[in-house]
Amino acid sequence: MDFKKIIIVGGGPAGLAAAIEANRCGIAPKDILILERDRELGGILNQCIHAGFGLHMFGEELTGPEYAGRFIDEVRARGIGYLCDAMVLSISAEREVAFVSPTEGFCRVKAGAIVLAMGCRERTRGALNIAGSRPAGIYSAGTAQRYVNINGYLPGKRVVILGSGDIGLIMARRMTLEGAKVLRVCELMPYSGGLPRNIAQCLDDFDIPLYLSHTVTGIHGKERLEGVTVAKVDDDRRPIPGTEEYIECDTLLLSVGLLPENELTKEAGIVLDRITGGAQVDQSMQTSMPGVFACGNVLHVHDLVDFVTKEAYRAGASAARFTAEGAAPAGKMLPTAGKSGVRYVMPQKLDANGTLDTDTALFFRVDNIYRDKYVVLSVDGVEVIRTKKRFLEPGQMETVKLNDTAIAAIRAGSAVTVSLE
Amino acid sequence: MSTVIRKTCIVCPLGCHLEAELADDGQILLVRGNTCRRGESYMRDELTDPRRTLTTTVRLVGAENDAYLPVKTDGTIPKGRLFEAMKVLSGITVTAPVVRGDVICEDFLGEGVNLVAGKTVEASSCG
Repeated sequence: MDFKKIIIVGGGPAGLAAAIEANRCGIAPKDILILERDRELGGILNQCIHAGFGLHMFGEELTGPEYAGRFIDEVRARGIGYLCDAMVLSISAEREVAFVSPTEGFCRVKAGAIVLAMGCRERTRGALNIAGSRPAGIYSAGTAQRYVNINGYLPGKRVVILGSGDIGLIMARRMTLEGAKVLRVCELMPYSGGLPRNIAQCLDDFDIPLYLSHTVTGIHGKERLEGVTVAKVDDDRRPIPGTEEYIECDTLLLSVGLLPENELTKEAGIVLDRITGGAQVDQSMQTSMPGVFACGNVLHVHDLVDFVTKEAYRAGASAARFTAEGAAPAGKMLPTAGKSGVRYVMPQKLDANGTLDTDTALFFRVDNIYRDKYVVLSVDGVEVIRTKKRFLEPGQMETVKLNDTAIAAIRAGSAVTVSLE
Repeated sequence: MSTVIRKTCIVCPLGCHLEAELADDGQILLVRGNTCRRGESYMRDELTDPRRTLTTTVRLVGAENDAYLPVKTDGTIPKGRLFEAMKVLSGITVTAPVVRGDVICEDFLGEGVNLVAGKTVEASSCG
């Protein structure tokens, strides 16, 4: 059986950065293999033609293809191995990766370490249970984005968008520029899940109204979508009778959340986090299966690709270390948990014997909008870090960086919590 | 009497809530709410000459897979001319190979702003 020191599943921003960092850490480029199921590297960035990527990494605003292009160029310049059109079918505890490709056929390759970088996919209509018929004209926002930006097709002319996540907002502008009429954006929650600047430059610029606390309750049309019923919802997000309104449209875009794509991870028996939908990892990004690491949107959904890149560097470095040193002896693992307003904490566990320095950070999301709160990190109930935050919202990933006090407490302690006060 | 105009800053993902105080004659008296200098100049431009970077695609021929090329303006253009720009660009076809950063159309609106390629695409090997 063929052997590669590191196999990376997915050639998007996470996979590319993990490969580059593994090479920087001394793994020869020919000992690294990126397996990408699409026909080219770059992942979803290829269809994100709008600007706004790279402010943290490069200090400038790049488009998605430009951001991906810089990493693709570097992977090529370093001579790192990659195979496109390659679909990974399974990974095993022995780190055997099975995949198919039109040029290579069915292959099994043994890996010294594996990095999971499969990204995420969109929630679909099925996950929402909207009543009505099943006509053509209903797309997830990302699918419509691919049709418009990659294939050059405009999926419809009169558009309603459900969900005010960033992809939905970006598509409202994109379809308007391409000649469609975007009638409105409906958001179930009383606040938008997208960035404020996207509301300004994607909706306000084109006079597209945003209806907060509204949802789609009915879908009409037989062959093609003819209209949707929209209703206002109450505080418990239930439609309020009497507020229904019929809107004639031929297209409904859904921008209602992203789900880490973890079928491979699940089948391999790796422990997942119920809230993030991604693997449980320690601070080296190692999953419950030794030598298997995860990073990017397959681990938890990020707001900014820059943070995906940084997380992937960490995973790539850890994978390189694993191939050199082998599995570290099982040390004390401290579980991390979110409390009072903190929905999840990643990493889900901290290895007390592993690397813990002031670059180590805990990432978390809150469950509601909060103002003027303290983020408190405690070890065994004793507060070690307290930071004031003026504004916290579910759409914004937050971080707590460890300091020396926290590190000493973690090395001696048994459980870590992050909470709001 | 002065009027207050509110806008969300689009310069970076922070999205600061900007406020400008205008005198009766429309003169900008004060900008606040910004956390950097770019925010203030954005608000001043927004009130006098709002401008945007345009990102879109143009037709591409001669490539293996790609039928469209992502492009962007290398500076901002007046917000009111976005649709005009889209119309101009709908008539453009680029031939592969193309390198990220290549100028596709020089000064295509007479605003001193060029259209540049956002992606490197090689020519098809079968010609």
